[in-house]
Amino acid sequence: MKKGENEKIEIELLLQAILLKYGYDFRTYAKSSLKRRIMRRLSLSGIKTISEMQHRVLNDVNFFETLLLDFSINVTQMFRDPFFYKALREDIVPALRNQPAIKVWHAGCATGEEVYSMAILLKEEGLYNKSRIYATDFNEKVLKISKEGIYPIDRIKDYTRNYIQSGGRSSFADYYRARYDFVKMDSSLRKNVVFADHNLVTDSVFGEMDLIVCRNVLIYFNRELQNRVFKLFFDSLSDEGFLCLGSKETVKYSDLSDDFKAIAKGQRIYRKENHQTSKARIRDKKTQVKDEV
Amino acid sequence: MRYDTIVVGASAGGMQALRIILSTLPADFPMAVIIVLHIQSTSDGFLIDYLNSICEITVKEADEKEKIMPGIVYIAPANYHLQIEEDRTFSLSIDEHVNFSRPSIDVLFETAADVYNEKLIGVVLTGGNRDGSSGLKRIEESGGFTIIQDPETAIADSMPQSAIAQCKTARIVRIEEIGPLLIALSESYKADFICKAVK
Repeated sequence: MKKGENEKIEIELLLQAILLKYGYDFRTYAKSSLKRRIMRRLSLSGIKTISEMQHRVLNDVNFFETLLLDFSINVTQMFRDPFFYKALREDIVPALRNQPAIKVWHAGCATGEEVYSMAILLKEEGLYNKSRIYATDFNEKVLKISKEGIYPIDRIKDYTRNYIQSGGRSSFADYYRARYDFVKMDSSLRKNVVFADHNLVTDSVFGEMDLIVCRNVLIYFNRELQNRVFKLFFDSLSDEGFLCLGSKETVKYSDLSDDFKAIAKGQRIYRKENHQTSKARIRDKKTQVKDEV
Repeated sequence: MRYDTIVVGASAGGMQALRIILSTLPADFPMAVIIVLHIQSTSDGFLIDYLNSICEITVKEADEKEKIMPGIVYIAPANYHLQIEEDRTFSLSIDEHVNFSRPSIDVLFETAADVYNEKLIGVVLTGGNRDGSSGLKRIEESGGFTIIQDPETAIADSMPQSAIAQCKTARIVRIEEIGPLLIALSESYKADFICKAVK
């Protein structure tokens, strides 16, 4: 038990050191995942204790950058969860079609695979030219990979299968060029994408978006930080804008559970509740209570 | 009560083993039961519907940030690691596979041991790999109660065998006796008795 207690203190101190020295705040991340990543780096680097790691982080920028990369969430795929993209085509695209311009925010875009997936989808739906996609991440290294759009060729088989399952209307091979062991995504897909550094923990509202996509990022945050981010998304969305989460993420246990309405069966796609509609709902509730009394 | 929570890991043959154990638990069972079963990543809600249809106790998929409550059986969602946070809520992760598995039994067991310490019961069931062994060892080191399905009653015995090799104080129990043992452990006066008897 003592061991766990000290470890907990050491982790707090490590996170505090990272904040003071480099300005990145991981104190409100979910601790279990963070601890696993710290322990993994510990065993890979031959460092004996977390306290020793703290010393290393403070004195070795390269080591810090390695740890920063460990802490960012980099597991992603093109058309990950194909049925989500199918729902996007069927349930959201029709609502976006009549808008003069479409603003999409990919929060925590990591290495960009899902950004290119979105670009392909909007292109096939004839909406890409009036769209602007803001792809953000706090980690410059992964953002650079996003911008380049170069991925290992061995993943293309899975991506192609995902693309087909997601309701793709063309041939996936139209969107990239293969070279040796890599593929480069077609530059036309990047035309309306803005890649930017944004940290959900510390940065603020991001324009008036019609669609925010933030999938499998929030699972790494604690409740307090999740609440902050849901509020940030609420404030960044246009009226009746859409919020898309990962397949196991939910607003249900957050402070803003009443401010988003689930709209697609089996998918975590929400629509921002218009303020007036919400007021009307509260009124309805009150009348209902009165009626019952 | 001496114990708070039970964590269970199962792989090949696990569906049948879980059916046998969970169907013995009463609806008012005073502990939470948290399960990792290695299943296909595309699995739908079939497993949970099926278990609910044959069990008195409520079975549900563990939700991200959900508060863990006694009397409920939680199953890890396919394709995510299931972890327990200090405030006794669930958190999920899509980090790389551990022991070729996601969800991984070790991940659940290790995070549970950190939170519940000696108030935790860990159970390793049938399976054709080694997932769960180091997690069970961690539970043992934190003072928890450890149970391994008797390999002779397991459809695949390498997971229990591997756990036996690592955990010196684990009780090796036939599949049909695991449910009754958990019920006995849930009653504090019996729990003390059982612990004394086996030590």
